[in-house]
Amino acid sequence: MTRDENTIICRCEDLTLGQLRKLISEGYTTLDEIKRISRAGMGPCQGRTCRALIEREIAAMTGTPIKEQAPARYRQPSKPVTFSAILGGEPHEADC
Amino acid sequence: MINTQIAIIGGGPAGLRAALAAAQTGAKVLLLDNSDHLGGQLIKQTHMFFGSQQQFAGSRGIDIATRLATELRQFENVQIMLETTVLGIYEDGVLLAEQDDKVRKIKAERIIVAIGASERMLAFPNNDLPGVYGAGAAQTLMNVHGVRPGHRVLMVGAGNIGLIVTYQMLQAGVQVVGIVEAAPTIGGYLVHAAKVRRAGVPIYTSHTVKEAYGDGAVEGAIIWQLDEKWAPIPGTEQDLAIDVICLAVGLSPLSDLLWQAGCQMTYVPQLGGSVAVRNSLLCTTNQQIYIAGDVAGVEEASSAMVEGQVAGLGAALSLGLGGEQAHAMLADARGQLAALRSGPVGEKIRAGLSLVEKGVTADA
Repeated sequence: MTRDENTIICRCEDLTLGQLRKLISEGYTTLDEIKRISRAGMGPCQGRTCRALIEREIAAMTGTPIKEQAPARYRQPSKPVTFSAILGGEPHEADC
Repeated sequence: MINTQIAIIGGGPAGLRAALAAAQTGAKVLLLDNSDHLGGQLIKQTHMFFGSQQQFAGSRGIDIATRLATELRQFENVQIMLETTVLGIYEDGVLLAEQDDKVRKIKAERIIVAIGASERMLAFPNNDLPGVYGAGAAQTLMNVHGVRPGHRVLMVGAGNIGLIVTYQMLQAGVQVVGIVEAAPTIGGYLVHAAKVRRAGVPIYTSHTVKEAYGDGAVEGAIIWQLDEKWAPIPGTEQDLAIDVICLAVGLSPLSDLLWQAGCQMTYVPQLGGSVAVRNSLLCTTNQQIYIAGDVAGVEEASSAMVEGQVAGLGAALSLGLGGEQAHAMLADARGQLAALRSGPVGEKIRAGLSLVEKGVTADA
């Protein structure tokens, strides 16, 4: 790996530029596909750091501009939350 | 379950102004913020604002935050929840929030999303070394906690944030060895650029970071020049001995809650990324959800405050509140926005907005 390829893209999950380029060349060409195969974007910052970098690399390698790339799917919760917070929180309506 | 009429997510310049505008119509307002203070990024702004009197020109951001928060706390129909993070918006319009390690459910007739933007990262070797900061993080250290981020700084980005944070670093006694800017021209206001140039800080346009180096922390950076096609030119490398690299390379709207709410989104580079399609009252394609501030398109604090007013009034009017007075305030706020975005400085924003405002006919 060159120094360039060791550049960290997703610092939560330690995905490097070299690994990302390998995935794109293998056909993982959307944010969600890359997330599922590499966990990029699944750490504490939930993709807020790496998402734009990955989009740009997909555009550079596949020629698909960011505007035309399939958007990532955003699910609740927007930040990692402990099970204890959920268990200690409000009861569900049905349980009230 | 907490019930309210208008829930506002984010207590920065947009959210504060939205809460005030909605409160003035008599609406029951709930303002949520994930930090322990109101004001958002305003509390780090030690410089005086431009604009007109209506946007507090001549006041420092931190003083504007105090003033707006004090004003808001006078209203009995406003509830403020700090250190509360909204975790999601669900199909039934219910918000899930976490406060004090417990989740809470919130049901609001209207939701104003004013959560701002996140800082963009730059990919270069060793960008994970301690000493690589976002400009916002460096500002938090200096202006909130009174801690210098380091001794010798390389600033990346000559937009307004890069220029202003550079000046704040000089004020804090931190040496800034230079500012690199990938574009061939300085993006920020000339008045800010002139200030840092007079202080002796060089601005390297058409330059970027090639790599950082250091054993366990940043000890230096190599910068190099870019050609007219933004490709680096070998042989132009310069080695700078520094211990901080500060990234001010733009912001991306924090759009995740809007995606969850099913708002129609579109990617607009001029506005910083994916933003919601909206009408002139800043209502998205989900009639329950309004937007204001950087989440609606990265701009600056003055326009964020006025957008907050528009969204706050728009949400209240849609609930039958506010009447004539709200309509008059709305017309005034929209006039202010047009003025802020006029001229060559607003060209990019106007181009971006023309892409997200079209096709929306629902207007109260």
